[in-house]
Amino acid sequence: MTDTTLAYPGSDPHQLGSMALAAAHSGPPPKRIVTGYGFWIFILSDMIMFSAFFATYAVLLGQTAGGPSGRELFDLRNVAIETGLLLASSFTCGLASIAADERNAFWFQIAMAVTCAFGLGFLAIEGREFASLVAQGAGPSRSAFLSAFFTLVGCHGLHVSAGILWLLTMMAQVVAKGFRADILRRILCFALFWHALDIIWIAVFTVVYLLGSAA
Amino acid sequence: MSNQDIGHDADLAPGDEHIEGGGVGARVLGYLTGLGLAILLTATSFFVAGTDLVWQPSIPVALVVLAIAQMGVHLVFFLHITTGPDNTNNVLALAFGVLIVLLVMAGSLWIMANLNHNMMPMDRLMHMQR
Repeated sequence: MTDTTLAYPGSDPHQLGSMALAAAHSGPPPKRIVTGYGFWIFILSDMIMFSAFFATYAVLLGQTAGGPSGRELFDLRNVAIETGLLLASSFTCGLASIAADERNAFWFQIAMAVTCAFGLGFLAIEGREFASLVAQGAGPSRSAFLSAFFTLVGCHGLHVSAGILWLLTMMAQVVAKGFRADILRRILCFALFWHALDIIWIAVFTVVYLLGSAA
Repeated sequence: MSNQDIGHDADLAPGDEHIEGGGVGARVLGYLTGLGLAILLTATSFFVAGTDLVWQPSIPVALVVLAIAQMGVHLVFFLHITTGPDNTNNVLALAFGVLIVLLVMAGSLWIMANLNHNMMPMDRLMHMQR
């Protein structure tokens, strides 16, 4: 019956018939959307966890207990290099996503390897910074300010470490299993995670380092 | 490309890009645009933090605004969160996340500043305990 009414040209100016058709045909959304959306929710919850650490840091910024403040401790040149490394790794991670969508294993592996190198460079600089702070007697136990600093920046560093482990796993899985649908979903989630880490780093270098050394 | 694999026009997974026949070149260009904008905003942040050229009390506000702008750039160009109808669910989830983040941050700062303001000075507190 609906077929005959829709047969007239212009009889359905608002495409109500096709909407009804779409509604009738739409089952559960594809797995890629369900997985990606679920992981998106996880990332948002992770950001909420970080917001608690940021709030702690902001509250404890002045509580140096007579110890060194951010202005004396932070080396902004290092932070600029770290920021550049993480930004570049976010870009190459995007290139890896494109290569994965194009099923191009060669460029995927290259882009992921470069992403990994940038990530490791970031971790090396951060590790050196932490080591030099502890060596100066400005470790996490020195003051509430430094406890908050090490918790916040260290938590981000742990996320980057976990991301690099995940990155290497994805490279191995593409070699072993190829671009299967489930592997592509994992690559999507990994890319979300890596880009989200870069977004959190924007907040870190602004709040912790730039505002922290101004205060 | 990634959207065509899905074969489902109504929604897009977060991180997936809505492609209208641009191909690899257009996608790489999108990431390059994002990278360029991000570098520009980062460089401005570091410049503003160290400069004497602007009124000093305005610097923290400028830094926060620059950081929020750069987060927007990352969301649009790297995570492909857009205002399109295929992204409604992703944007709504993000909006809820941002609401909670703002409540946690602003609430903590407000409460702690208030407690700090109302706390008895430490020397008088010591005196009372004696």
